[in-house]
Amino acid sequence: MDGGRAGERVRAAIRVEGTVQGVGFRPFVYGLATRLGLDGLVGNDERGVFIEVEGASALVGEFTSALRDGAPPLAAVERVAAVPVPVTGRSGFAVVPSPPGGRRRALVTPDAATCADCLRELDDPADRRYGYPFVNCTNCGPRFTIVTDLPYDRPNTTMAGFAMCGDCEREYRDPADRRFHAQPVCCPACGPRLRLLGPAGREPAPPPPSSTAPGGAVPKGAVADGTASDGAVLDAAAALLRAGAVVAVKGLGGYHLAAVAACGPAVAALRARKRREDKPFAVMAADPEAARRLCEVDEAAERLLTGAARPIVLLRRRPGARLAPRVAPGDRWLGVMLPYTPLHHLLLRRVGEPIVLTSGNLGDEPIARDDGEAVARLGGVADAFLAHDRPIRARADDSVVRVFRGGPLPIRRSRGYAPRPLPLPRPAPRPVLACGAELKHTFCLARGGRAFVSPHVGDLENHETFRSFTEGVAHLRRLLGVTPRLVAHDLHPEYLSTKYALALEGVDRTGVQHHHAHVASCLADNGVAGTVIGVAFDGLGYGADGTLWGGEFLVADLAGFERAGHLATVPMPGGAAAVRQPWRMAAAHLDAAYAGDVPGDLAVVRRNAGHWEAVVALARRGVNAPLTSSVGRLFDAVAALAGVRDVITYEGQAAAGLERLADEDERDGYGCRLTGGVPFTVPGAELVRAAAEDLRAGAAPGTMAARFHNGLAAAVAAGCERLREARGLGTVALSGGVFQNVLLLERTVALLEERGFTVLTHRRVPPGDGGISLGQAAVAAARDRLG
Amino acid sequence: LAHGAGGKATHTLVEAVFLEEFRNPLLEPLEDGAVFDGLALTTDAFVVTPLFFPGGDIGDLAVNGTVNDLAMCGARPRYLSAAFVVEEGFPVADLRRVTASMAAAARAAGVWIVTGDTKVVQRGKADGCYITTAGVGTMDRPVRLSAAAARPGDAVIVSGPIGEHGVTVMIARGELDIQADLASDTAPLNGLTERLLAACGDGRVRCLRDATRGGVATVVNEIAGASGVAVVLDEDAIPVRPAVRGACELLGLDPLYVACEGRMVAVVDGEAADAALAALRSDPLGSGAAVIGRIADDPPGLVLLRTSFGGTRIVDLLVGDPLPRIC
Ligand SMILES: [Fe+3]
Ligand SMILES: [Mg+2]
Ligand SMILES: [Zn+2]
Ligand SMILES: [Zn+2]
Repeated sequence: MDGGRAGERVRAAIRVEGTVQGVGFRPFVYGLATRLGLDGLVGNDERGVFIEVEGASALVGEFTSALRDGAPPLAAVERVAAVPVPVTGRSGFAVVPSPPGGRRRALVTPDAATCADCLRELDDPADRRYGYPFVNCTNCGPRFTIVTDLPYDRPNTTMAGFAMCGDCEREYRDPADRRFHAQPVCCPACGPRLRLLGPAGREPAPPPPSSTAPGGAVPKGAVADGTASDGAVLDAAAALLRAGAVVAVKGLGGYHLAAVAACGPAVAALRARKRREDKPFAVMAADPEAARRLCEVDEAAERLLTGAARPIVLLRRRPGARLAPRVAPGDRWLGVMLPYTPLHHLLLRRVGEPIVLTSGNLGDEPIARDDGEAVARLGGVADAFLAHDRPIRARADDSVVRVFRGGPLPIRRSRGYAPRPLPLPRPAPRPVLACGAELKHTFCLARGGRAFVSPHVGDLENHETFRSFTEGVAHLRRLLGVTPRLVAHDLHPEYLSTKYALALEGVDRTGVQHHHAHVASCLADNGVAGTVIGVAFDGLGYGADGTLWGGEFLVADLAGFERAGHLATVPMPGGAAAVRQPWRMAAAHLDAAYAGDVPGDLAVVRRNAGHWEAVVALARRGVNAPLTSSVGRLFDAVAALAGVRDVITYEGQAAAGLERLADEDERDGYGCRLTGGVPFTVPGAELVRAAAEDLRAGAAPGTMAARFHNGLAAAVAAGCERLREARGLGTVALSGGVFQNVLLLERTVALLEERGFTVLTHRRVPPGDGGISLGQAAVAAARDRLG
Repeated sequence: LAHGAGGKATHTLVEAVFLEEFRNPLLEPLEDGAVFDGLALTTDAFVVTPLFFPGGDIGDLAVNGTVNDLAMCGARPRYLSAAFVVEEGFPVADLRRVTASMAAAARAAGVWIVTGDTKVVQRGKADGCYITTAGVGTMDRPVRLSAAAARPGDAVIVSGPIGEHGVTVMIARGELDIQADLASDTAPLNGLTERLLAACGDGRVRCLRDATRGGVATVVNEIAGASGVAVVLDEDAIPVRPAVRGACELLGLDPLYVACEGRMVAVVDGEAADAALAALRSDPLGSGAAVIGRIADDPPGLVLLRTSFGGTRIVDLLVGDPLPRIC
C-alpha cells in the first residue's frame, strides 16, 4: 500500500441498513470513530443509519469494515454502502438528530433478554437501579412490544408517558454511554412501577390463602398497598406464589399466569380455572443450573436457553424432577425458559424455585395485553395481578423451540424473534401480504428481499384472535410503511384468513396450495430457490383437487409444484370429529388395512365398541367422511392403536404422545412398498396392518410406535429415491407439522443423507402452520417475478 | 354440488345468475317471498333423498315449506299450487302416499291446494319425484318484516330445538345403523307467526326466517349481513334435543348448520322478548322456544358464538360443504 495515500484525508458518506436502530448502533459508531480519531457525524433516519467520516483514508477503510465486524450484539447489518464525498475539514464527531419524514425503511427489532451489564446493575446495591424491575439498555430490553410507530424514538414507544429524570437524560444524551438513545431508559425515580392488585383488579391484593400455604403464614406487611416499593410488591407476589396462589404477571408481550411448579394444588387450580386439561405448561427456572435440575441441558440447549431471544426450549425431563404432576402430565419433555426481563429475574429469586409461566388467556384466545382486558378475562383465574404501568403495544407470546442436531427447530416463532426480517430467496417486485393459514396463525409482510413474519397470532376461529390478526396487519403495515399490492392466501375456502384475503379491495391475489406453502417456507428458511423434492406431512390442508391433503411428495420450486406422490387416502369419518377423536381414524385406517375384516381382539376396537360399527359405516358410505391423505391422521390412527389416546383435548396431542411412547433404541421398521410410478402412492394400510399384527403378536406399544416411525421414514426415503430416478433431483425439503416430531425427523434425515440427498429442514420458522405465511410470501414473490 | 348446500356458494349462484337477469324491486331483497298489493307470493322446489323419512316425506315438506315462506313474510297462507315431475316407473302407491301427506299438511295449515300440474320424465332423468309448490297469502296485518331490519338490542329467538330434520334425513339417506329417537321437525309455522305478531304489537317483530338449508347459522348470517349488525349467540341457550346432539356428535355435524323444516328464527325488539317467548310457548309447536342471542352493533356483519368455554367463536357462512380446518 502507498503510505502517502493511506494518509490522504478523505470523507465518506456511509449508509448502514438492516436491524441497526434501537440496538446501540450509534454509540458503537461514535465509539469507533472517536477511537480511530475520525471526524464526522452519525444519525438515524427512516432507512437505517447514516454516517459521514473524515480522516486518513486507511483509517476510514478500517472504520468501514469494522461497521460489519464489530457491530453490537442485537444489530443485524444487512448492507453497508460507502461513497466518497468532498472533504469539509470540520473536526469532531457528532450524533445528529433524525430528519423528519421520508420513507420508512428502518427495522423494528425484537425484544431482547436482559443483558449481563444490566443484570450486574440490578444486583449492585450501590447502583441507582439496584433491584429495579425495568432496567434496560441499548443492548437489551423491550422493543417490538412497546413500539407504537417509527422512527424508533421515545415518543413513538409506550414509554412516551414517562418523563426522564436528570440522571437518565444524561445517560440518554451521552454518546459514550451504554444507554445513549436507549428509548426505554428509566430508573426508579422516573420509570414504570410495579403494583399488586387483587382478583378484582383493585389494590391491594388479599393476603395469601393460609389454608393452602405449605410454608405456613406469610409475613405481615408483605402485602403491598398502593404506594409500596417495587421490592415490597415483589416480596408480596412471591409470598402469594409460595403460599400456593395463582398470580397473573404482566410480562413483555402480554400477561402470564404463574404458579409454583412443584406445588400440586396451585398447578391443579391453574389448570382447572384456565380450563386447560392436558396441554403441558412451560416452566421458568432462575438460571441454567436450576434448569438442569429439571431437565437434561446439553450445550446446544444451553445456547438456546441463554440467547437473547430466550425461547421456551423443550427439553428431556429428569426423572424425579421436583414438579407437580399436572405441569406436563405424562410428558417426558418439559418446556423450560430462563428469565428474560428484570422483573422475572427478581421474582424468581424471591420465589426461590421454578414457576409455571403460561399464557394469560382462556383456551385459545390471544394472550391478554392491556390491564383492563387482563383483569376482565383473568379475574376468575388469578388470585392476584402483578402489574405495572408500562403499556404493551404489540402482543408477543413466548417462542417455543426444540433442539435438533445442535440447533433450533422452531415450534412457535414469536417473542424475541418477530419481527426480525427473513430473507426471501427471490425478492418481491411488489409488496406482499401473506395471510397465513388458520391454526397457529401468523401472517407475513414482504417488501423487496425481506419477509417480516408476525408474532404468533393463535387459532383464527375465535373472534378475539381474528381481531388480533386484522389489527396486527394494520400495526405491522404502519411500522414497515408497506402497502401490500399482492395478497397471498390459502386455498381452503373456509379459512377465515382466506375469506379476509378475498374481501380485500384494490389488490391482486394469488392462492397458494397449503403444502406448496409448507415446502416454500422450508426453501425460504434455507435460502434455496431451485427445484426440490418437497415432503410436506401435516394434519390437513386443502388440496388443489378439493380433497384434504397432508402426506404429500411435491416436485416443487417457489412458483409452482407437481403432486408427485402421496399417502393413500382414507375417509375421515365425521370430518372434524375424526380429528378430535383419533380412534375414528384408527377405525378408518384399520377398515382399509383389513379390507373390512378388522380383528376384534385389538384393544382400540374393544375400547370403542359402542360406536365402532356406526363410525365404520360413516367411513364406508362416505357420510360426512371427506377423503384425506394426511400423515397427521395416520399418526392419530396409530396412536389410538397403541393406546396413547382415543380422544384429544388439543391439537397434535395423540401424535406427540406416539413420539414420546416410541422406544428410541428400536431400529426395526415396518415395510411399506410404494404403488404406481410417478405419481406414486404410499400405502399407509401396510404400516397400520403391520402395527396391528405386531401388537397382536405381543409387541410392546413402545416398540410398535418406534417401528412405525422407522417404517414411515423408510417410506419417505423410498419416495424420494423414486423421484430422484424420475426427475434427477437430489435435494429434499422436509416440512409440515408432522416434522416437529424429532424422532421422525432424525430417522428420515439420516436415511436420506445415507442415500446421498441434501436435506433441508427448518431452522428459523416452524415446519407447522406458523411457517405457512412465509412460504406463501415466497411463492407470491416468485410468481410476481414471472409476471 | 356445493351450490346446493345452502351456504355462500348458493348465495353467489343466486346473485350472479338470477338476480342479474330478473332484477326488480320486489326480488331485490331476496326475502323468502314477495309482498305486493296486500298479498304475499312465494315458490319453492323440493328435492329430497330419501323421499320418505321418519316424521315425514317430500309431500309434507312441499306444503310446509311454502306455507312457512308465506308465514315468514307475515302473511296468512291461503292457496297453494303444486307441480310434480315424476320419473317413469315411480310406484303409484308412493305417489298416493305423497299426495295424502300433502292433503293432511294442507289441512293442518289451513290452506287449499287449488291448481297443479304433472310431468312424467324418462327413467333416469329424475330421482323419483320432484315437487314445486307456489303459495299466495294475504297480508292481514300491516307488517314489514325484513332481514335488514335487525337493530342492536334486539333479541334472537328460535321457536324450538334445532337440527332434527337434517340429521334425520342424513341418517335415513346413509342407511346408517344408528339407533336414535329422531324424526323430522317438518311443520307449518303460520299458527306460531300469528300468535307472535299478535302478541308483540306494531313493528316490534323485525324479521322472521325459517331455518331451512344451512340451518340457524345461515339464517343469522343473512340477518347480520343484511342489517349490518353483529349477532351474538349464546351456545348454552341454543335448544338441541339430546338425541340430535348425540347424532350430530357421531356424524361430526354442528347442529347450528343443520336444516330444520319446522323451526324459525325471530328477531324481536329486546323489550318484547318476554312477550314473544310467551306467545310462542303457548303453542305446542313453539313449546321449546328460547332466546338464543342478541343483536349487537359490533362487529357488523359477523355472527359470534359465546361458547360454554367463555370464548367467542366466529360462526361463518359456509362456502360449500363443511370441511375440517384443522392442520
Ligand atoms: Fe399444515
Ligand atoms: Mg324456502
Ligand atoms: Zn442491558
Ligand atoms: Zn430516571
